[in-house]
Amino acid sequence: MTIIGTSGLVLNEKLLFEHSAPGRKGYSLPKLDVPKTELAAELCREEISGFPELSEVDVVRHFTRLSTWNYGVDSGFYPLGSCTMKYNPKVNEVVARLPGLADIHPATPAHLTQGMLGLMYRLQESLAEISGFAKVTLQPAAGAQGEMTGMLVIRAWHEARGSKRTKVLIPATAHGTNPASAALAGYDVVPISSDGVLTLEEVEAHMNDDVAALMVTNPNTLGLFETNIEAICKLVHERGGLVYCDGANLNALMGIARPGDMGLDVMHFNLHKTFSTPHGGGGPGSGPVGVTAALAPYLPGPGVECDGKSYRLESVNESSIGRMMAFHGNVGIMVRAYAYIRSMGPTGLKHATEMAVLNANYVRARLEGVYDLPYKNRSLHEVVFSDKDLEGGCHTLDLAKRLIDYGYHPPTIYFPLVVKGAIMIEPTETESQEVLDEFCDAMIAIAGEARDNPELLHDAPIRSKVRRLDETAAARKPKLKWEEVG
Amino acid sequence: MRYIPHTAGDVAQMLGRVGVDTLEQLFVEVPEAVRLKRPLDLPEPVSEIELLREFKGLAEKNATVETYKSFLGGGAYHHFIPAVIDQLISRSEFYTAYTPYQPEISQGTLQAIFEFQTLICQLTGMDVANASMYDGASASAEAVLMAVRLTRRKRVLLSRALNPRYRATVATYCKYLGLELVEVAVGDDGRTDSADLAEKLDDKTAAVVLGYPNYFGVIEDVAAAAELTHQHGARLVTAVSEPVALGLLKSPGELGADIVAGDGQSFGLPLSFGGPYLGFFAVLQKDVRSMPGRLVGETTDLDGQRGFVLTLATREQHIRREKATSNICSNQGLCALMVTIFLSLLGKQGLREMAEQNLSKAAYARQQFASLKNFSIAFAGPSFNEFVVRSKPPVAEVLVGLEQAGILGGLSLADDYPELADCFLVCVTEQNQREEIDALVAALQGGAA
Repeated sequence: MTIIGTSGLVLNEKLLFEHSAPGRKGYSLPKLDVPKTELAAELCREEISGFPELSEVDVVRHFTRLSTWNYGVDSGFYPLGSCTMKYNPKVNEVVARLPGLADIHPATPAHLTQGMLGLMYRLQESLAEISGFAKVTLQPAAGAQGEMTGMLVIRAWHEARGSKRTKVLIPATAHGTNPASAALAGYDVVPISSDGVLTLEEVEAHMNDDVAALMVTNPNTLGLFETNIEAICKLVHERGGLVYCDGANLNALMGIARPGDMGLDVMHFNLHKTFSTPHGGGGPGSGPVGVTAALAPYLPGPGVECDGKSYRLESVNESSIGRMMAFHGNVGIMVRAYAYIRSMGPTGLKHATEMAVLNANYVRARLEGVYDLPYKNRSLHEVVFSDKDLEGGCHTLDLAKRLIDYGYHPPTIYFPLVVKGAIMIEPTETESQEVLDEFCDAMIAIAGEARDNPELLHDAPIRSKVRRLDETAAARKPKLKWEEVG
Repeated sequence: MRYIPHTAGDVAQMLGRVGVDTLEQLFVEVPEAVRLKRPLDLPEPVSEIELLREFKGLAEKNATVETYKSFLGGGAYHHFIPAVIDQLISRSEFYTAYTPYQPEISQGTLQAIFEFQTLICQLTGMDVANASMYDGASASAEAVLMAVRLTRRKRVLLSRALNPRYRATVATYCKYLGLELVEVAVGDDGRTDSADLAEKLDDKTAAVVLGYPNYFGVIEDVAAAAELTHQHGARLVTAVSEPVALGLLKSPGELGADIVAGDGQSFGLPLSFGGPYLGFFAVLQKDVRSMPGRLVGETTDLDGQRGFVLTLATREQHIRREKATSNICSNQGLCALMVTIFLSLLGKQGLREMAEQNLSKAAYARQQFASLKNFSIAFAGPSFNEFVVRSKPPVAEVLVGLEQAGILGGLSLADDYPELADCFLVCVTEQNQREEIDALVAALQGGAA
C-alpha cells in the first residue's frame, strides 16, 4: 500500500503581530482630493495599539504559509460525516466573482437588479422542486439559522391558531444545533431515544397536547432512512403538531424522494453541503428553508417574487416572523449553488445522490468485519462504525490521528452520541473507487497497527505541522489573543 | 458528469462488492410510497461554456457600484478591496476546508482566526472576540441575548437610531423569549435622546443597544450612555455597521461598552447584494463564558511547539445542546480570513488614513448639500461617512432623477422612518472621487430632481 501522507518542507511562520515593523506599509490610497477635515479631538482615538505594520509581501507570504498547514477537499479525501465534503467546482468560484453579481449594493432598486433577483428566484424554485416544499426562503445564513427560522415559523403557526404548546421532541441522534435552535424559539426540549430509526411507538409515547413539533433528521445521523417517517408525520399531525426536518443529509435523497412528499412540514437546506459550495474553513454557508403552503405566510422576508414579467423583493407581511439578517442572506453562496444546480441538471443531481450512496455502501462493505458496525440497516450516504473492535487500548481519537499520518482528513468522530466511539464516514459522490480503496486499506492497516503496535496510534500524528495539542491547558487558562510582552 | 468520477465499470464492480445488482436496491429502505416516480422538473444541465454565458447574461442585468456612481450605505459599504485578498483566499487549503475540528491539520485556519480575534479586540478596545457571527444584525441579536443571560432581566432598550434592519433582526430573535423591547427616541441632533434613555432605563433593563456610528451616520455619545446604563446595572451594546470609523473614533471599549457587535463587510468583503458578510462580536474578559460562537485559543503540542485549538467549547451547542449560549455552528470563517488579510495590509496607518478620507469626503459632500437651495442637512450631530439629507422635492423623484444620471444617490428613509419621509441617507467613501460628489451635487442643482 502506498501511504500518501508525507512531510515536505513545511515553513514556520510567526504571528502577524510578531512581524510588525513601525512605518512599514502594505497598502496604497489615492491622494485626498478634498480639503482635509478634522474630527473633534474628544471623539478621536490614539493610534491602535498593537495593530500590525507589514508590507504586502509580508502579508502574502504569511497567509500562503498558513494555508499550507491546512487540509482541504482539494488536498485529499475528507470523509467528515454529515458535512458532505464534496468537491467544490471551480467555475462556481468564477461566476460568483463576476462584477455584475459581486458588486451589487443590497439596497439597489429592484428594476436595476433583475439579473440577481431572477437568479435568486430560480434558486428558490429549484430548491422547492428538489425538496417537494411549496415555498422556500433563502435568507438564513447557515444550517443552524435555518433551523431557528423553521422553529420560529412553527411557533408562529401555532400562535396564530391560539395554540400555546411549549415542547419539542428531539431524538438523541440529532445534531446539537437542533435542541439549541428549538430553545431559541422559546421551546422546552424533550429528548427521545431512537435505536437506529425512530419508531412510531416512541413518538406516540411522548406526543401530547403540549408538543408543538418533532424535529427529525432524514436520513438520520447514522446514515439510515427514517422508514416510519410517513406514519410518524401522520401521528404528529393528528395530535396537532408539526414535523421539522434537518436537511443536512439531503445529499442522500435528490431525485429519489422528496421530504415534502413524506409529510414533513419544514426543512432547511445546507447549500454548503448538498449543493457543493465551499465550506470556507467553517463558513460562510447558506441555510434556506422550505415549508408547506400552510406555513408559507410565516416565512421571514423579504423574499423574491415574480409577477411573470419582473422580479421584486416582497417586504415582510404581517404574519411573517420578520427578518433573520440585515439583508438577503449569503447571496454569494446562493450564486455558487445555483451554478451547481445548472451544471448538474435533474439527472446529474440524482446521479450524485446515487454515487454518494454507492460510495458509502462500498466503504461499509470493505470495512465491515474489521470495524464494529452497530446498526445493520442499509446505509444511505454515510456509515457509522464504533471503536469497539479496535485493539491495543486504542480509541476513535487515536484512529483519527493515525489517519492524518496516512494523508486523510479523519471522519466525524464521537458523533452521533448514541454510538460509543462513533466513526462517521461520509465519502460523497466526488470520490473515485481508487480513492476509497486506498482509504479503506489505510483503515484496515491501522486496525492492524492497533493490534500489533498501538504506540503508532497513541503517538499519532507525527507527520503533521504540529503534534497532538494540549486542549485541556487551552481551556483551563484561555489565551484568546496575542498580547505585547512587557 | 465531470465532478463524478465513476465509470460504468466502477459502478458494476462496486455494486458487486456491496452485494446488490442495481443502484435502485441501495434505496430499499426508502418506502415505495414516498419515492419520486418522475424526474425532477429542472432545466437540463449546461456545459461550462454555457454556464458562463448564462451567468454573464444575468450579471449584465444588474447595476453595480462600478457601473453607477454609488452613494449607498446603510449597513453595506463600497470600499477598496486590495487584490491580495482574493488571491490569498483562493488558496483552496483555506476555502475547501471546514471547521478546524482536527487542529493538527488545521493550523492555518486556527492561527488566522486567532489573529482575527486579536485584531477585533484591538479595534474595539475589548478583551475577547469570537471567531465570527453571520452579520452585524444577527450579532446584535446575540449580544442582546447574552446581556439577558448575564443580567437575568427581560427588558431591552433599542435606540430608534439603530439600523432598522438590525432592530428587526433583534425583534425576530427575541420573538418568543418573553422579552420586552422598548424604543429610545432620537434627539434633534440625530443622536439617541439621552433624556428619553434616562427615563426608560430601570432596574429591569438588561441592555441598551446603540449604533456607533448610528444609522443616520451620527456619532453617538457612547460614554454618557454607558454611564447611564451602568447606573442601572444594565449592559451597553454598541453595534458597529461601519467599522472603518473605528480607525479614527474612540473604541467602544474605551467608552464603556460591555458588548460590541458589528459587521466587518467594510474590511475587504464585496457588497455581493447583501452577503456573505461578517458578524464580529467582542466582550469583556469576565463575561467570556457566556459568549456565543467559536473561540480559538493558544496552546502547545507534545513537543512544546506553539499551536492553536478551538476552546471553551462547553458553551457551545454540540456539547450543551439546548443549554448552549447560542445555536451557531457554521459561521463566516472565510470572511473572517478576508478581514484579517485586509487589516494586515492596511495596518495601523492605513486604517486611519482610510477613515480620514471617508470623514473628509463625506464632510465635503455634506457642505455641498448644505449649500443647495432645495436640500438641507437633517441632523447637526457629528458624523462619519454618512449623513441624512432633507429634500424639498419628493425623495422618490429625486432618487429616480439621479438614477437616470447614472447615480445611486442614497437610501430613502420613508419606509423605516415615516417622520423622515422627506429625507434620504447619503454615504461617501474613499471610492467616491471629488468629481463624483460634484456630479451628484450638480445633478441636484440642475434639477435632476
